[in-house]
Amino acid sequence: MSATTRTPTTPESRTTSRSARLLGDRRLPVLVTAGLFLVMYIVGLSRYQNYGFGEPQVFLNLFIDNSYLLVAAVGATFVIMSGGIDLSVGSVIGFTTMLTAWLVEDVGLPLLLVVPISLGVGAFGGFLMGYVIHNFEIQPFIVTLAGLFLFRGLCLVISKESIAITDSAVGSLAETRIPLGVGDLSIGAVVALLVLAAAFYILHYTRFGRRIHAIGGNEQSALLMGLPLGGTKIAVYTVSGFCSALAGLLFMLYIQSGDPLHAVGMELDAIAAVVIGGTLLTGGSGYVLGTLFGVLVLGLIKSIIQFEGTLSSWWTKIATGVLLCAFILIQRVMTTRKKV
Amino acid sequence: MTTPSRWRALTRHHLFWPVAVLVALLLVNVPFTPDFFAIHMTNGHLYGSLVSIVLFGSPLILVAVGMTLVIATGGIDLSVGAVVAITGALTCSYISDQADQDSLSGVFLAMGIGLVAAVVCGLWNGFLVARMGIQPIIATLIIMVAGRGVAQLITDGQIITINSSPYQLIGGGYWLTLPFSIFVVAAVVAVTVALTRRTALGLLVEAVGGNAEASRLVGIRSRRIKIMVYVFCALCAGIAGLMISSNTSAADGNNAGLWIELDAILAVVIGGTSLLGGRFSIGGTVIGALVIQTLTTTIYTIGVPTQTNLVFKAAVVIVVCLLQSPKFRAKVFGARARVTAPAEPAAVAETAPKMEVS
Amino acid sequence: MAEPQPVLEMTGIVKEFPGVRALSGVDFRLFPGEIHALMGENGAGKSTLIKVLTGVYTLDGGTITLDGKSVRIASPLQAQHAGISTVYQEVNLCPNLSVAENIFIGREPTRAGRIQWKRIRSEAAKLVDRLGLDIDVTAPLSSYPLAVQQLVAIVRSVGTGDSDGEGSGTKVLVLDEPTSSLDRDEVLELFRLMRQLRDEGVAILFVSHFLDQIYEICDRMTVLRNGTLVGEHMVRDLDQVGLIELMIGKALDQLEELHDHQLHADVGESLLKAEGLGRNGGIAPFDLDIKKGEVVGLAGLLGSGRTELARLLFGADQSDAGKVTIGGKQVAMSAPNDAIGAGIAFCSENRKTEGLVPDLTVRENIILALQAARGWTRPIPTAQRDELVAKYIKALDIRPANPEARVGQLSGGNQQKVLLARWLITQPKLLILDEPTRGIDIGAKTEIQKLVVSLSEDGMSVLYIAAELEEVLRLSHTIGVLRDRKLVAQLTNGPEITTGKILETIASGEHQ
Repeated sequence: MSATTRTPTTPESRTTSRSARLLGDRRLPVLVTAGLFLVMYIVGLSRYQNYGFGEPQVFLNLFIDNSYLLVAAVGATFVIMSGGIDLSVGSVIGFTTMLTAWLVEDVGLPLLLVVPISLGVGAFGGFLMGYVIHNFEIQPFIVTLAGLFLFRGLCLVISKESIAITDSAVGSLAETRIPLGVGDLSIGAVVALLVLAAAFYILHYTRFGRRIHAIGGNEQSALLMGLPLGGTKIAVYTVSGFCSALAGLLFMLYIQSGDPLHAVGMELDAIAAVVIGGTLLTGGSGYVLGTLFGVLVLGLIKSIIQFEGTLSSWWTKIATGVLLCAFILIQRVMTTRKKV
Repeated sequence: MTTPSRWRALTRHHLFWPVAVLVALLLVNVPFTPDFFAIHMTNGHLYGSLVSIVLFGSPLILVAVGMTLVIATGGIDLSVGAVVAITGALTCSYISDQADQDSLSGVFLAMGIGLVAAVVCGLWNGFLVARMGIQPIIATLIIMVAGRGVAQLITDGQIITINSSPYQLIGGGYWLTLPFSIFVVAAVVAVTVALTRRTALGLLVEAVGGNAEASRLVGIRSRRIKIMVYVFCALCAGIAGLMISSNTSAADGNNAGLWIELDAILAVVIGGTSLLGGRFSIGGTVIGALVIQTLTTTIYTIGVPTQTNLVFKAAVVIVVCLLQSPKFRAKVFGARARVTAPAEPAAVAETAPKMEVS
Repeated sequence: MAEPQPVLEMTGIVKEFPGVRALSGVDFRLFPGEIHALMGENGAGKSTLIKVLTGVYTLDGGTITLDGKSVRIASPLQAQHAGISTVYQEVNLCPNLSVAENIFIGREPTRAGRIQWKRIRSEAAKLVDRLGLDIDVTAPLSSYPLAVQQLVAIVRSVGTGDSDGEGSGTKVLVLDEPTSSLDRDEVLELFRLMRQLRDEGVAILFVSHFLDQIYEICDRMTVLRNGTLVGEHMVRDLDQVGLIELMIGKALDQLEELHDHQLHADVGESLLKAEGLGRNGGIAPFDLDIKKGEVVGLAGLLGSGRTELARLLFGADQSDAGKVTIGGKQVAMSAPNDAIGAGIAFCSENRKTEGLVPDLTVRENIILALQAARGWTRPIPTAQRDELVAKYIKALDIRPANPEARVGQLSGGNQQKVLLARWLITQPKLLILDEPTRGIDIGAKTEIQKLVVSLSEDGMSVLYIAAELEEVLRLSHTIGVLRDRKLVAQLTNGPEITTGKILETIASGEHQ
């Protein structure tokens, strides 16, 4: 009797239900996210249309204003898909801004030289954390938490106060706009989209990317299937460190200063974006496109609050929390209902 | 037992390394402050570095103790900092509205309101995690984000200062020559230990954290237990909030308890409780919190510029975790190569599918 | 004609753990083109031997030769490269990936670094086809039942060969308990595949507790006991009785006594009545009347609904229809607590995921159900607790007899005993056992069956689910027959009821 004549039933709780067979099930959170983004955008359109919300530039601004978060979230996606977590993202971003600002302003190095140095330091930091996590089998939460403290501390070691960037190369880069007909994008936004595309390619078309899926799905199986577990895990954290450093460079372009308090807590934004985008915190399943929507949703929340205008800083926090909550609950209800 | 095996048994005790690190940190101070361990009496109050450490570390100990139970069930609570702020804000706001800020009934009522708010936060977290099945890190993120906004809403964006001597007692006052907060901490720790070890609650929490489905099939009301631990954690955070605002006689919605959740989680892990849930140790958590507080004090005492505070913190965290990692100990204290053998086949036996060991 | 050379030769293998010599100089040979069974009780050393062969453990002494060349195997990856592929009982693939990807991961064909998905899909389809399977290779692995997943694991092991030039083709295929979760048709399918591979020259090492299957498919067998080799025989030269004697060193007529005993035993009045109890997607509404001291066995194929039935009676799943009456009073079974309060106990078939809390000690696992029933405010007094635990450890012969041992480190048989102890302590009126003897050696199986009979003699009712019909036949007063999620018949056990009769009932779907 061949295998296909058996319809996948649910015997003795040993197999999964028919509905899990539909690939749509795993993509569902992403679709829900995209859908909710659309809904929120439409609500914004109807409420603020007299204030210019309908301009295409508003949509493109989402990319400009959140380019750094997108890059950071992409790096976080890699880590979370492999079943880990990286809490050092915000601190690496802050450290990169400090390091870059210091090297450019106080030491006087040309930007062309500083960029690879900053990226290298971030990647190396990620590498170290990945090494400790894999080789000594310590929880990623704790190791990257130590990384959080370490990089934030190094920020303060460089300087207790912020360093304004007056370098002209940085300034002109920050102001460059790439016209798209209906609006423009900044260099940061373009870089972020390139990183997104690269991540998509890696995760879908390279062995490395597929290994990340495997490790996140079942680490023990991956090991027994002979996949190079250690190398992949360490590489994943290195990628995350690199992305955090790159995000730091983009952030610095955006803000044009280095400050030890930059990006405090941003790792939580990145993780929220990844989770909203449909990637499971347990690993093995996720889509970078989902992360894109997660970042857009968070950006849209900020945007809407700006358009609302009259909110004091604490109402902003409350509104963000409420929207986040609504989002998570709706996503949860919709995904559990699909599974019989 | 021979000395080497007695030593080995000692080092295997789960509290050994945290205590060792604590002692080492304390000793580091001595060359810089020869009278570091001295305690003297002034104005009927005891003073000294050791007293300060426990005094300043009290809020962290409280939050960490609550966090321990949440982590033991396999969860995490990022909202404790916000709960600290909310509790302080509500309490101070109520007291400052009173005509007589020293009236005991007013103070007690204010504290009651603050703690009730904390409990409500805990119930909300518990509801999201236990009933809605949302991952704890995301579920508690909501109050972490919105909670500070709520605290600032209560204080209208200002820092509320009050002048109430009964209230000031909790965090800043003295009783029987010791800072009152030490008694509060001792009481909470004692109650927690009694609750978890004198009753079966500790066992049930460890079971839920160790295998949630098996616990359900054994008749443990996992949902109820999970909600209980989140409420307890929030309550501890609430008490810490009272302590902090009492110490400064003010409520700062923005800065009270900022990032205390990270320190609390660290304290729990240093104390030996695994982030994956299961076995927990209240004693370990207390030691862990003391380690973190001692670190801050030590850095100050030995005159290292405060900006390197965080770097040292990172270093200590990594060192403790490395010491607790069997793989690291095997690599470094190499001669124990044989000791790793049971760890490996046992670990592999569990993870390698259904093959019986031996 | 020249003597055929073994493809694999393990000589003088020694493996030690602190305090335990798991393997003392074991020799083992495997010839190409044969199916070879590795037999032995738990603790005999067969899983250790396999782990040494597949690189999970490193050996402390002895040599391994493949194709005449000495090899050192220090990791699963090295074993694979040497040509030794393993398929474990718990399928070691990634359920979130597609079938094709599971087959190819780690050696996907690439062009300039870019994975060629089309080629993967077409080649996977070809491989799967060559081995006679008819499945959609682009579907996620998790959408297929365990049986199919296992076959995919085999395809991965033997199918890909040299697509990237690394390592050699599969010379040795190790199948560790591959049939534990398969029904008869699936087993036949697996055997067909095994024979095809054997005919292609692959040496297959087959580990199983199902003696009938060993005799059906294997050519030769090696028997281990207590870490030493006690015999290597052609299957046709050694009968079942002889094999069992080699394995446990004593004859096995105790089980026959049990059967006789149950045929002549009496039962009491009704304990539990289920009327029209059912659940959509689980099991069709059924009526069941369990009497005091009765053993009700559930017989049926995989997927027939036996576990679903049991779970409804325990409240582990919520029913959509029907009711349960105990002692005349209706009991709402909406959660395990209701059942436990009414005196029902449930030993799940998934020891690891639904039974044990691995990091807790034996003692804690044993008293867990009792403590949960008392609630958290009333801990069991220490002296009473220790006494109870010691009593059950002794009664069930749990090894090691150390209440503080971490239960995750015990062997499968002892873990099952810990679970049994946990529920027996609650002194239930009805004990539901779902596959209690799965993956357990003969010695422990016999103990558990004897225990069931003695419990029923003492007045406890037992609902017994086992894959082996003989067990059900041996122990039950009444046999419930299930098919396709329906309870189709209830037979009173008697001399005329045989396994054949039960199989007929299943096939026809009704009582004859």
